[in-house]
Order: sequence, then structure tokens, then C-alpha cells
Amino acid sequence: MKCLIPVKRVIDFNVKVRVKSDGTGVETDQVKMSMNPFDEVALEEAVRLKEKVIVKEIIAISIGVSSAQETCRVALARGADRAILIETNVETNEMPPLSIAKILKYFVLQEKPDLVILGKQAIDDDCNQTGQMLAALLGWAQGTNASGLNVNASTGSVEVIREVDGGLETLSLKLPAVVSVDLRLNEPRYISLPNIMKAKSKPLQIIPMGDLKIELKQHLKTIQVEPPVMRRSGIKVNNAKELVDKLRNEAKVL
Amino acid sequence: MKVNRVLVLAEHDNQTLKVSTANTVRAATELSEDITVLVAGYQCAAVAKAASLLDGVNEVWVSDLPCFEHGLAENVAELMIDLAEAFQYILAPATTYGKNILPRVAARLDVAQISEITGILSPDTFVRPIYAGNALLTIQSLDPIKVITVRSTAFEAVSTGVVATKEPAPIVNLASKKPYDLGLSQFLREEPHVSKRPELTSARIVISGGRGLQSGENFKMLEEIADKLGAALGATRAAVDAGFVPNDYQIGQTGKVVAPDLYIAVGISGAIQHLAGMKDSKVIVAINKDADAPIFQVADYGLVGDLFEILPELSKELVIRK
Repeated sequence: MKCLIPVKRVIDFNVKVRVKSDGTGVETDQVKMSMNPFDEVALEEAVRLKEKVIVKEIIAISIGVSSAQETCRVALARGADRAILIETNVETNEMPPLSIAKILKYFVLQEKPDLVILGKQAIDDDCNQTGQMLAALLGWAQGTNASGLNVNASTGSVEVIREVDGGLETLSLKLPAVVSVDLRLNEPRYISLPNIMKAKSKPLQIIPMGDLKIELKQHLKTIQVEPPVMRRSGIKVNNAKELVDKLRNEAKVL
Repeated sequence: MKVNRVLVLAEHDNQTLKVSTANTVRAATELSEDITVLVAGYQCAAVAKAASLLDGVNEVWVSDLPCFEHGLAENVAELMIDLAEAFQYILAPATTYGKNILPRVAARLDVAQISEITGILSPDTFVRPIYAGNALLTIQSLDPIKVITVRSTAFEAVSTGVVATKEPAPIVNLASKKPYDLGLSQFLREEPHVSKRPELTSARIVISGGRGLQSGENFKMLEEIADKLGAALGATRAAVDAGFVPNDYQIGQTGKVVAPDLYIAVGISGAIQHLAGMKDSKVIVAINKDADAPIFQVADYGLVGDLFEILPELSKELVIRK
């Protein structure tokens, strides 16, 4: 089986995001960038499937500016066999998930993977759309928010445990399929130094976006980005009795 | 002038209509006076009836077929795509149900989806949080059909007809144009989490625990207080990851978003990913032994101390007058 793993370069999850003073976006200069944590989980799952000899080849794919090469190298160090970067002039954030899904579809048709595994959302735009859109454009089954995944190659299906608002739900998807993952699916392992070295010699193909001849439309226009209204921190109380008293008589919520 | 029509996808379990639908209808009323609710389910007549009683709804369309029983995204999206052209807006709640289905609809219509809006500024301009709520994005849609998921806590639910402010909206049973069972996915089983407490996203009071609780067993201390207050129980991702409580308790950037009248955070440090899911609560209480924990920066009332001493005291205080 072949797995395609889309990976996105985002502001590291530990960074406190700051809105630019001109309201056009958030500060990315001198800010630590990393692979979207959900995509790390997706990649780890593919590596585990390869270790179980279910998956033969793992291809990581990223769309973004030149520096997303770094994300591709990390994907290779994490266990992808090869990586593809579709190089764009704009930060991926300025492309809506629909455009990303269209580009991914192009490569799915070219590479013919059995399974596309990706993060359920990126921690920058919090959209939670790309996997579903890609599945729709391909006419494939989808399993979103996966916290469990079981490939049954003989029946050509994959069982997906989904985390839904009311608990857990298990679906069987016909392969090929798109699976978007939740953080509880697995815990990505640390990257070892030998794997970092090995990644340097693995193939990374860089394709300029313009070469693809995919027509992308402008669907959305950013009007502004602003910081949220901050809550004022309140007062400290000394004990449970005082707390209950304040909640009853001051805040009047009890 | 052409009247804008809105289609709202109802969230339900074939028996009851979820409150998130009433929140989404509220958002729809800000866009148009012509609102149709779509109920795709199986043996879901009670849901259709409930939807017909929602304030502001003009019509309820029902597609009652076995292939819609479990709300499989592939099948429901296919139906919505067939219905889409009559509408300028397609809305669904930004819950795991709506988020699963709506992007499929948008992609096939070749339009963007705007996720989890918290505000409507004009017929084509919306506000939504990004970066776990650390920034607010105002975005304009250039698409002819606007496909949008709606954050429930940002829009007050419309009245559910209990007060009988209106006649029930007509219920139209849709004739099936084609088979909607695409056969791509199949429902196998579910492990619903059954609780007698109120639903997390619509509860008036929420009490949540973090890693500070140290074990699932200790969550019983929170349960005791939750039952006294009629509160729902929540948790941080760390607490869920540690196996203290099931996944559907999780509040935060990638879990549920809540905005109750009172939110009590116990043993929660206040990571930005958690704050993203609860900082719009009206009153926030934090109980934590670390006086420097970030949770105190958003708390209206902070109590620094050992939660294992404070919780029994709190429980006792709440008995005195209920």
C-alpha cells in the first residue's frame, strides 16, 4: 500500500501568536515554525503501518514557500520515503483549504495512493476542511477525527474510530480513502540523529506551483486580523466559603 | 430584489434535534428571513417536527432514508449538493457533525467554506477566530454560495416553539431524486457516552478538571460538585490524554467550545489551547495551587491552594443553600 501524507508548516504551537499592528495578519518574522502537530500524528501513523508491513511507501507532500523545504526534511526524518514540495509565492495561509485540496487532488491522481492521512486541522487557521474537501473532490470515503485506524487490506477497507461530540464512532471506509487524525491516535516518536542524517539523502522534489497549470480562484478576501478582547483578571478569594459567597451575591451565578 | 435563501443543516440523532441547530438558525436569521431547515435522517419525524417549531424557520425539508441513519458525510453531502442551487447560504453547526459534512458540500460546489464563524458583519463578511482564538479574522466571501459553519456559543439559540410564538413551519418530504447510499463508508458501531448531566456545550454551569486532578478516580470530587450545581463536566486535553475521562469531555482548540454563565477550572494551568475553548464564559473561577498559572489571568475569581482540600470545602458550602 502507498500512503500520501500532506504536511503543513505552521507557527510552532508553543509560540504566543502576535497580531501585526497593521491588522494584515500575525507576526511570522523570527518566529519558530514547525510541522502542524496533527500532521505529525498522521505521519507517525503511516510509519507504524509501514513497520507492520501494511504500507510500502510513504510520500510526504507540502505546499508553501521555499522554507517549507525544512518541513519536508522533517517529514523525511520522521520516516517518509520521499517528499514533494509545491513551491508557492504566498504563505499557504493565504490559500483557502479548497485550493490546497485541489493541488493535493492533482498529486493523488498522479501518485495513486491507497490512503491519504492528514491532520484534522492546522493549528494556524483552525479550518478543519482540507481532508473532507479532498475526499469530496476525489469521490472517496472519509474518516475524520480518527483516534484509531485499522487497515484491512484483504477486504480493501479501513476501520476508523472517530472522536465525535457524543463519544466514539467506528466506520468502515472503502479504500482508497482520506483519513484525518486527532491527537490521540498516537504519540509521535522523537526524531533520532541517524534519521536526521538519513533524511538529507532522501529525495525531495520541488515543483513550482506555476508548473502545475491548476486553475485556482480567489474565494475569500481577508479584511483584517485583530487581537481578541482580553479578559481582565479578577480578584483572589481566600477560601471556598468566600468563593461561594461571591458567586451567589456578587456574580449572581449560583 | 432577489431574496436570499438560507439552508440550515439540522443536527440530530433521529429522535431529538440538537440545540446547535437552534444556534445556527439564529445566525441564519441575521442573513435572511427565508430559512429552510434540512433534516436528513431515518425515521426522524420527531426531529422534523421539532425543527418546524424553531422560531424563524419557514420550511422544513425532510429526507427520511436508511442511508441517512448515521449521518454519513458522503451520503448527506450528496443530498445537500443536489439541493444547493436554490440557496445563497448553506449553514451547519460547527460541531463534529457539521464539520464532517459541510466541507464536502463546499468543495463540490467549488466554493470556500468559512469555518466556525462567531460574528456576521454584513451579508458577505464574517468574523472567525484563528490561532486558537489568539486572533480574530474578518473575512469577506467572494463566492455566489456561502457555505458556513457556525460556532454555537456565539449565537443564542432561537426559541424552540415551547412558547408557541408561531405556527409550525410546513414540513416537506423530499422526493428522492437518486440513490444517496454511495456505499463509500459504513457505520459499524458507536460508544456513546451517556450522562445524566446537562450537555457540555449548552450547560449553564461547567466544572472542568485538568492534570492537577491526578487521576480519573479524583474526578469523582468534581462530579459531586457538578451534581449539586446541575453542572456539566469538562476536562483539558491533558486530562483526557492521561485517560482520566473520555474524549467527549475535552474543551479547547480542538475539542468543544463552551461559554456557560459559570466556568469552574480545577487543577487547570490554562494553556492557550484550553483557553480557546472556554474564555468566552461569563464568569470564570480558577482553583489551582500555582499562583502564577495562566488560568488566573482570565479568571474572575481565583482561589490559590490545594484542590484536594478546597473541593471538599466547596462541596460542603454548596450544601448549605442549594
